[in-house]
Amino acid sequence: MDNNPSIHVYNEWDIVVARQSGRDLAKSLGFGEVDQARITTAISELARNIYLYAKQGEIEVSPVYEGDKVGIKIISRDNGPGIKDVLKALEDGYSTSGGLGAGLPGVKRLMDEFAIESSEGKGTLITAVKWKLF
Amino acid sequence: MRIPILKLGNYLLVSIQVELDDKTAVQFQQDLLNMIHKTGSMGVVIDLTSVQMIDSYIARVLGDVVKMSELLGCEVVFTGIQPAVSITLIDLGIGFRNIKTAMNLEQGLEKLKQSLEG
Repeated sequence: MDNNPSIHVYNEWDIVVARQSGRDLAKSLGFGEVDQARITTAISELARNIYLYAKQGEIEVSPVYEGDKVGIKIISRDNGPGIKDVLKALEDGYSTSGGLGAGLPGVKRLMDEFAIESSEGKGTLITAVKWKLF
Repeated sequence: MRIPILKLGNYLLVSIQVELDDKTAVQFQQDLLNMIHKTGSMGVVIDLTSVQMIDSYIARVLGDVVKMSELLGCEVVFTGIQPAVSITLIDLGIGFRNIKTAMNLEQGLEKLKQSLEG
């Protein structure tokens, strides 16, 4: 089932590649336009976090099935510096990069499920799922 | 990649037709400010009809270009923001407050004219 290769995020252009592959998959799974935009935006935020903080990492986008539900799963993985204070990084308005601080809390709101594992010096693993509405 | 900027009387028109990557967005910022400076334009309409996604970074670049243009003495109106884009911007917590918008290019130009020419 999972034949979606992960996208290596190394430069700014990879962010575009990652979100386009997410949009293509969301479209092919039959997500509506608003959810396509949500998924694409979430991937963009996650890929940018990798590029900004970890310098490199990967994004994997794949379909998920649970009972009769269909969804899309985004995995963002890097071996970067990790997040010192995960709870704080999920607060609105908190940003260490001079961004709008919308990054992670934004992704959490855009998606239905969101899980993060990170510790300082050990990188970050984020999994986020969006379910298709019937 | 460069985004074309067109001059129409005292105004500038920009229609963003490409997928905005970071470099293109920053390049556009500089190009627009130089063009405003060179032409002495009073207002700019930036049409976002073809833009399918605005993430927090692109939103910041666009928000900044408005403030930068205003510092030069030029007003900016965004037009054609798609419903899906508007929803995700609010999801992200980005309200684009204090930014002028209009449904389409025509209404955007009208808004500028009303605001600048009375």
